[in-house]
Amino acid sequence: MIYQALPLWTLMTSLVAALVVFAAGESRHRLRITVNLAAAVFKLVLVGVMLLGVLRGDLFLVSFTILPGLDLVFHADALTLLFTTLSAVLWLVTTVYAVSYLEQRPNRARFFGFFSLCVAATMGIATAGNLFTFFVFYELLTLATWPLVVHNGWPKAMAVGRLYLRYTLGGGAVLLLGIVALNALGVPGDFLAGGSLDGLEKTHPGLVYGIFLLLLLGLGVKAAVVPLHVWLPNAMVAPAPVSALLHAVAVVKAGAFGIVRVVYDVYGLEVMAELHLGSLLAVVASITIIYGSLKAIAQTDIKRRLAYSTVSQVSYIALGVGLGSPYATIGGLVHLVHQGLMKITLFFCAGNFAETHGVHKISELNGIGRRMPWTTAMFTLGAFGMMGAPPMAGFISKWYLGMGALQAEAYWVIPVLLASTALNAIYFLPLLYRAWFGRPAAEHEPAGMAEARPGLLVPTLCTGLAALGAGVLAGMPLSPLSWVTFIVGQEYGG
Amino acid sequence: MTEMLPVLAVFLPMLGGVLVFLLGCGPRNAWSVLTVMLSLTPSLLLVQQVAAVGTVEHHLGGWAPPLGIRLMADGLSALMILLTAVVGGLVSMHALGHFAERANAARNFWVLWPLLWGSLNALFLSADLFNAYVTLELVTLAAIPLVLLAGSAQAVNAALRYLILALFGSMLYLAGVALVYGLIGTLDMQLAAERLSGAGWVLDLAAALMVTGLLVKAAIVPFHLWLPDAHGGAPAPVSALLSALVVKAAVYLLLRLWSGPLFEPLSQPAAAWLLAGLGVAAILYGSVQALRQRRLKLVVAYSTVAQLGYMLLLFPMAGLLAWQGVIYHGVAHGVAKAALFLAAGNILYQLGHDRIVDMRGSGSVLAISFGCFALAGVSIMGLPPSGGFLAKWLLLQGSLQAGAWWLALVILAGGLLAAGYVFRVLRAAFQVPDPDAEEKLPEVRHIGAMMRWPMLLLALTAIGLGFAGEPLLTLLGDVPGRLG
Repeated sequence: MIYQALPLWTLMTSLVAALVVFAAGESRHRLRITVNLAAAVFKLVLVGVMLLGVLRGDLFLVSFTILPGLDLVFHADALTLLFTTLSAVLWLVTTVYAVSYLEQRPNRARFFGFFSLCVAATMGIATAGNLFTFFVFYELLTLATWPLVVHNGWPKAMAVGRLYLRYTLGGGAVLLLGIVALNALGVPGDFLAGGSLDGLEKTHPGLVYGIFLLLLLGLGVKAAVVPLHVWLPNAMVAPAPVSALLHAVAVVKAGAFGIVRVVYDVYGLEVMAELHLGSLLAVVASITIIYGSLKAIAQTDIKRRLAYSTVSQVSYIALGVGLGSPYATIGGLVHLVHQGLMKITLFFCAGNFAETHGVHKISELNGIGRRMPWTTAMFTLGAFGMMGAPPMAGFISKWYLGMGALQAEAYWVIPVLLASTALNAIYFLPLLYRAWFGRPAAEHEPAGMAEARPGLLVPTLCTGLAALGAGVLAGMPLSPLSWVTFIVGQEYGG
Repeated sequence: MTEMLPVLAVFLPMLGGVLVFLLGCGPRNAWSVLTVMLSLTPSLLLVQQVAAVGTVEHHLGGWAPPLGIRLMADGLSALMILLTAVVGGLVSMHALGHFAERANAARNFWVLWPLLWGSLNALFLSADLFNAYVTLELVTLAAIPLVLLAGSAQAVNAALRYLILALFGSMLYLAGVALVYGLIGTLDMQLAAERLSGAGWVLDLAAALMVTGLLVKAAIVPFHLWLPDAHGGAPAPVSALLSALVVKAAVYLLLRLWSGPLFEPLSQPAAAWLLAGLGVAAILYGSVQALRQRRLKLVVAYSTVAQLGYMLLLFPMAGLLAWQGVIYHGVAHGVAKAALFLAAGNILYQLGHDRIVDMRGSGSVLAISFGCFALAGVSIMGLPPSGGFLAKWLLLQGSLQAGAWWLALVILAGGLLAAGYVFRVLRAAFQVPDPDAEEKLPEVRHIGAMMRWPMLLLALTAIGLGFAGEPLLTLLGDVPGRLG
């Protein structure tokens, strides 16, 4: 029983950490750091145990009746583990980074409390066993991230916070309507491989189609699907660890993960194909990929350029899912992890630049490579990964997506992928050129090497090398790629 | 003993009030605390009894109706009595701290509040129309002087307006009761069901009068005018009791009567939709007003106007889900609103004002009060995990199943508007103070444990209700026949 309820314990680990941090108050720094790190490590262990369990075929399921006929269900399947492992690893790394980043700043108890609450919500999203449970934590994530977005309390941050809430709560309302509508039609929305609509698409095809649009609209806000993406570039006003966490793990992935769940485990691929929903999703994702990249080129602020890059890259996941062929699924799902690793590296680097030398604009990057070689090297790894250059992780994703497009006979996707690669090169290469070869302006004359402090640099190195490793070692057991292949094997029945 | 529980739940609180009237609050508030105990014990035992054996009945003095008075506790009554006990118990604790420095107000509070508690219980146990009228009057008459405890000129005005409108409501209701009595010669709800044959226009009129009277007492738009000033101007524990329980009592009676036989003529779709229309108006108007208020307590008061609107959406939907949703909404709102008012009261006490614009930057010093405001706010917005969310879920599902999809849209819009006014307050708390402002934040007064813990416990209960749907709805039981 205790073993079976592991999904719940991983969630509770972060939740308890959050409560302890809140209760400990502002002044007890050492206790707070200890609790945060201990919880992050402990959770990693729990996730590891669960990972091996799922591989062995153990069943993880725990549920509570909330309303008559409505259960809060936590479970762990292979897909769950893809997301929890990513979150657990990146939470640990980001915690180290954030402790160092926020040194000497006010309101740290509040920050770390909500930070842990965010991770708890993410765990809930990953382990949710039906749409109701998913929604509970999807909304909790909104509530827990708002204080982080507005953390520094400046008028600009408050205005962005308002925008953020308008989009996310509005999206949440639409999502809720979709979920309740399914429930009212007698589909509890359980996440079962192959779908759980139970023939509803035969009796009410119109409603099933409409409800999918509602769900996609609601999930698309967090996944930053164009035109629902507006909040994301603006949310860059938040502290760097928040940008890293929001963009790599929590919020955008929650949306993307939700789309994955709805497509594979509620609607099922057959219904998706029957109602032509898959191609709809693929088209929307493709538009987002191109649009996000185009907008990224126009940005002069580093974090904003990265944010538009996120808009574009997260839709790779939706694209793979929409295409629906086995290879495309592999490409989309593995990108959930790969994009996380690469993008968190890039945001850590941007944070290092800003924190160490006050560099926010792309034009200020000239010559930074000589002053911060390690950070710039990691930035380069991340950027090449985003472009999809081998042997980086991003290459693996793109390769499988391309193969998947051929497999699904959706040949129009190939130019989209190529265009995306070209656009990524256009907005990343000049940046790298400036950093390594640019001549610094006279007043910023470099005075030798001045790297970010270790608390910032070490997490950056870890994630950057992980992004490299995920590509180079993709063939190893338990690599993201092998794990995703394992998932796809299950979804397609071996 | 157990068959006496309904009687004890009514008279023990009143006895406590009399005790304090005669002896004062006692050394270290001994008599006040005793009163709370006297009120809590029979209430909780009665709830447990209903949960164990189902509906409990008692004929006062052993006389059966139509001669005697019948008290009846079914699932709905038990749930309301439980709500009153939980909110009342915790707000009582807060009041001990709140009135600590004002002996005279404390004594008046501890006379009036137990009287109100007993009257509320009596209302929830009433099984005939006249008894319901008497208890509704008792509730109003105990509630109005509580508003006066604020001791300000505005409070007097607010209380006066409350009194006038409440009397107007009573008059309408009583006129309706008189018509029914003239028509069928009994006021017992069960007996009336047997004697009614072929409803004429007089019965229609009676029902319309009674409904209107109750709408006035429940402060449903457009009869809400008395509520914001009365609830916003009263001392914090009184505001909490009024918003959480007193207006709820009038809505309770409306639901009770509607599900009985007397109101059959009104169950025509037109009447049901008219009431729902008022509910929609209340939700939208109350929320927009809450968004526009400058003072925190008025925000919370207008939020009550909006939240009461949800309860009227039941009528056109009917069905089990909508019934459960509306009742759960009432319970969740009661707890969350009490927490909000205590938090708002504490913020007012600590800062010395409750102007939202001037709260900038106070979030880090008043972390607990704002934290409780946020937790209770989650329930008011209907976001998970909270009681408000479960209620919203049930109501949405009920409206979709009844084919009233546009009511679903109203419910969702109401939630978003609520998010608007809750986050407006939180935004003020999170914003850093203007560095150029000449005035610094004033010294913040400290609040003791007695004022902190009830607020925290109520806020946590509001969240906890998000996990308690199953047992509470089991206690509530099935939807009454006419609403099914």
